[in-house]
Amino acid sequence: MALDSKIPHGEMKDKWEDYKGHVKLVNPANKRKLEVIVIGTGLAGASAAASLGEMGYKVKAFCFQDSPRRAHSIAAQGGINAAKNYQNDGDSVFRLFYDTVKGGDYRAREGNVHRLAEVSAAIIDQCVAQGVPFAREYGGLLSNRSFGGTQVQRTFYAAGQTGQQLLLGAYSALERQVALGTVKMYSRHEMLDVVVIDGKARGVIVRDLVSGKLERHFGHAVLLCSGGYGNVFYLSTNAMGSNVTAAWKAHKRGAYFGNPCFTQIHPTCIPVSGDHQSKLTLMSESLRNDGRIWVPKQKGDTRKASDIPENERDYYLERRYPAFGNLVPRDVASRAAKERCDEGYGVGTTKMAVYLDFKDAIMRYGKTEAGKTGHESADDKTIFELGKKVVEEKYGNLFEMYEKITGENPYEMPMRIYPAVHYTMGGLWVDYELQTTVPGLYALGEANFSDHGANRLGASALMQGLADGYFVIPYTLGNYLADEIRTTAISTDHPAFVETEKAVNDRINKLMSIKGKQSVESFHKRLGKIMWDKCGMARNAKGLQSAINEIRNLRNEFWSDVRVPGDINEFNPELDKAGRVADFLELGELMCMDALNRNESCGGHFREESQTEDGEAKRDDANFSYVAAWESKGEGWEMHKEPLTFEIVKPTQRSYK
Amino acid sequence: MEHYHMNLTLKIWRQKNSNAKGNFETYKVSNISSEMSFLELFDVLNEQLIAEGKEPIAFDHDCREGICGACSMYINGEAHGPWSKNTTCQLHMRAFKDGDTIVVEPWRSQAFPVLKDLVVDRSAFDRIIQAGGYISVNTGNAVDANAIPIDKKDADDAFMAAACIGCGACVATCPNGSAMLFVGAKISQLALLPQGEPERETRALNMIAQMDKEGFGNCTNVYACEAECPKGISVANIARMNREYLSAGLNADTK
Repeated sequence: MALDSKIPHGEMKDKWEDYKGHVKLVNPANKRKLEVIVIGTGLAGASAAASLGEMGYKVKAFCFQDSPRRAHSIAAQGGINAAKNYQNDGDSVFRLFYDTVKGGDYRAREGNVHRLAEVSAAIIDQCVAQGVPFAREYGGLLSNRSFGGTQVQRTFYAAGQTGQQLLLGAYSALERQVALGTVKMYSRHEMLDVVVIDGKARGVIVRDLVSGKLERHFGHAVLLCSGGYGNVFYLSTNAMGSNVTAAWKAHKRGAYFGNPCFTQIHPTCIPVSGDHQSKLTLMSESLRNDGRIWVPKQKGDTRKASDIPENERDYYLERRYPAFGNLVPRDVASRAAKERCDEGYGVGTTKMAVYLDFKDAIMRYGKTEAGKTGHESADDKTIFELGKKVVEEKYGNLFEMYEKITGENPYEMPMRIYPAVHYTMGGLWVDYELQTTVPGLYALGEANFSDHGANRLGASALMQGLADGYFVIPYTLGNYLADEIRTTAISTDHPAFVETEKAVNDRINKLMSIKGKQSVESFHKRLGKIMWDKCGMARNAKGLQSAINEIRNLRNEFWSDVRVPGDINEFNPELDKAGRVADFLELGELMCMDALNRNESCGGHFREESQTEDGEAKRDDANFSYVAAWESKGEGWEMHKEPLTFEIVKPTQRSYK
Repeated sequence: MEHYHMNLTLKIWRQKNSNAKGNFETYKVSNISSEMSFLELFDVLNEQLIAEGKEPIAFDHDCREGICGACSMYINGEAHGPWSKNTTCQLHMRAFKDGDTIVVEPWRSQAFPVLKDLVVDRSAFDRIIQAGGYISVNTGNAVDANAIPIDKKDADDAFMAAACIGCGACVATCPNGSAMLFVGAKISQLALLPQGEPERETRALNMIAQMDKEGFGNCTNVYACEAECPKGISVANIARMNREYLSAGLNADTK
């Protein structure tokens, strides 16, 4: 099948307006008859379900958590980008578009990214109208801060809890529709398959996680807003329940998977403390506004940070990248940290960490505060206390979180940080309308692949999730559903529902019947280690080939020796987890195949075979300027290419020097 | 920070499902690192139980960074355990010492029925939000975000109230099983913002009516909710809720 991205013709800046002006509409009476299924209630899912409910569609929304408010968007810390130019610093839709295409290392589609930049401003308006309490200045207007990979201040934030506040806004809009009867909400329900009838997505099979019973639900369209798959690495900043299952089932039913190897390793996370580690915690990128990253100049230096004098510290990001300094994009910052630690300059007990130091920022703010009150001659201690207050207001919750986890006070001593898996740019392949290769099946937010190329800029995930849900899908879904008004609801007794449910049931029974010796968790940990070692921050052909074999063997071992306790028809979190890990064991192989195929370095994907003399990533546009879209074929995959063309932002080797 | 290892005795509430009668079971765990989180202790115990052919303990958890509000354990008689302004997932084992006995129960409240072991049903909170915890603005209706300046103090106070993670510790810790801190926080957030003004009175009346319907108790100024709230939500929000309710009620009578 030839991939058609359906990018509208015309000037870049007119594409979305033209599309909206000509797209098919569904009249209100027909909307009431059309049913839409939404899987996941994070920013993309909650905003989509709420908006479609407001428009009059009959919506069913599903989440595996006990409440839609707990989706992992809630944990996003730093902020959300929007081209408002409130700071008068030269920002514009074009600049946001440009930064995002460049930040993504020229592996995203220009048309999609431009639309994202265009709708960004409306997202902020919508959220403020919902009562989202963004940070404000004393004059009562909204405050902004900077994020990596940009030179303007376009990030809106609510302390270090921006994702929480945006999600609660979308959640409240969703609950309002639940109260109005346009959306029916199913919490503690997990999607386990898509039902395809005559080539179109027509429903889902879900499992009620409390009773263990399978349910069939019909929909004229199915929207997957089920997030990313970073947990394939076992350790990541994702929530424990975040999984690929919904997207993977869709993939097995015909949806192509785009650029699966594009993984974002976030530079500033709290380092691993031991084998017991179950997840990693992010320290927001916004901290790099004020924190300076350094390691000792001397290898294996065991002195305390405070005992290392200024001239014996290597602020390696400021040294290597003077133009962007500590605010280089995430992929660049992560690799630089790994490089220093691999060379033996790491700090802390494991030596796999670098310092993120706030001392200078605290003193700088302290001096400003002292100046405001006419206390220029205050002593260092007073200035420190004044500055500490400013830093506390900006990042207080993050500093508290750090102290709870590590037992160290980051106001007194620098944070220790190390990169960790955070986000997946890859995902289900979608066209301009967010439709997958299965008609009627859509993917929104992190679940799709489309907007961030090979590296996502900070504060852009929230923007994309809400753009897709509030402002894109309400238009593009209508274009499909307008032709479905004659389709009456299909009975869930249809053979396709019966067969799909049987397949799901058989798989669950298989998992329960193995009764092996090893726990689900132990398999997940082993998969994670293979992925991190061989498909992590640096990848090479030899490692990837061996990873593929190891994953295949591990998968066979899983299906012959996993132990899932408990029963099927009850609340059984181990069974839920077993199904998810089984899917990760397939996805991991595909990620390695994709990484092996892409013999170039771009964004978060670093192939050791493809680097410049000074160790920077080297892209290969002549051979790899395409989206790799993988089609599931029984036991294997076939790759299709969607060539990327750049009309506006001409690809150059990225430089943040 | 000095690290150490410990052996512990755990007394944990086990309950097959919402209809079954539950009981405490005692478990021993050894060589627990002070650097582990409290939920990682449960991971270790569950792996141990699975290896022994027993059923692991069900508990709610997801983000493990103190923001999703899923985790909900009543530890040694305190919601979320001994640390203040903290969730169960962020509690670390350095809060305990070798030889300790730790008692873990689910949230206990009439409005939060136990589903299994330490997992409770908190959907009552969602229904309270459905009753009015929102501003009725359809997508696409918003004016420019800077069109309405908001006093920084009001914006900050609204944010402090909005920081609620909906975990239910306030209810679990209250001797009356009151949800007033949760409800007060949402009513306050929206009452402090100009956007919330049009629905201010109906919101207060409807959310409180739903709260009562769900079977939550009344507030008798114990302040345990504030003390145990992982996000430090202030009881001032309950006072504000009462003001909102009173004035809404008076206006409703005269309209």
